[in-house]
Amino acid sequence: MRPLRSYAEPHATGVCLGLVLLACFALTGQGLGASGAFASVASGVIAAVSPETAVHSAYFRSYLQDGSPWTAWLVVEIMGVLVGAAASAVLAGRTRLTFVRAVRPSGGRLFAGLAGGMLMGVGAALARGCTSGLALSGGALLSAGAWIFMVALFLAGFLAAPLVRRLWP
Amino acid sequence: MNDLLIAGGIGIAFGWALECAGLGDPPKLAGQFYLRDFTVLKVMLSAMLTAMLGVFWGGRLGMLDPGALYVPETYLLPQLVGGLVFGLGFVLSGLCPGTSCVALASGRVEGAATMLGLFAGVLLVGLAFPRIEPFYRSTPHGPLTLQRLTGLPYGVVVALVTVVAVSTLAWIAKREAAQ
Repeated sequence: MRPLRSYAEPHATGVCLGLVLLACFALTGQGLGASGAFASVASGVIAAVSPETAVHSAYFRSYLQDGSPWTAWLVVEIMGVLVGAAASAVLAGRTRLTFVRAVRPSGGRLFAGLAGGMLMGVGAALARGCTSGLALSGGALLSAGAWIFMVALFLAGFLAAPLVRRLWP
Repeated sequence: MNDLLIAGGIGIAFGWALECAGLGDPPKLAGQFYLRDFTVLKVMLSAMLTAMLGVFWGGRLGMLDPGALYVPETYLLPQLVGGLVFGLGFVLSGLCPGTSCVALASGRVEGAATMLGLFAGVLLVGLAFPRIEPFYRSTPHGPLTLQRLTGLPYGVVVALVTVVAVSTLAWIAKREAAQ
């Protein structure tokens, strides 16, 4: 098995990511995002399955008012993320598709991923954004709420880390 | 249509950068919270500094209008509680919403599990929304910025954030060099 190629230098990659965010600001007037795409898709599913439930919740309504939730800006952006990340992993020889078995995560890790995702979904929905949309994009624009969110996120992460140490040997 | 082309292009570049940095790798992300791996902080601080300084100097040089950019609105309590819940989820899954997509795209099953959880989480909030709406809309402060909060000029806040961020990065570099 060939070893996986190492990652790029973090500071330089961070600067590149910052330039992508800057381009996004200049081209669209707003920042990057991720959790909003999940909210759009969830709203789309609910509207298709049970339209009255969707109408009943102002949260779903807010994602359904500007055209189709399936082609919302953030949904298309996240599809781009999937394509870009896959291309980068393949070209850099870092894709793990070929040895999924060797790196298959344990059941416990998968459950933790699912539970963690759910908590992040709730947290991002309450905060109106996640690490990309609120912390990074809002942080760069010096939004007070973005900084509150960022501090709370790292505080909770550091406090909870010792409790879930077994997940990360 | 043009908008969606931009969305796709920006997304590709975003995903590319995250993958290159190794942010689709859960043990690497979780390592931040055990002070074993500082990639998350290094990438986040460098990216934020670049964008913040780009917006500030772009405005000064008349290349863009910082006042026209959408500043996320501040809702003190929901964002405080949301951040705490989010941080807990972050250390459990070792991924965040954007990086869960990167993890899946580079072939990691954890990425799909986290994405499924995220989907369930926003669905839960949407379904319970009539009951939690009062809390969701509590403590609103509009598009509050640090400069408006502190009464300091924009340039001074940018300079202060730059000093804090660069000092943090320098501290990390020193700590790593010592090991």
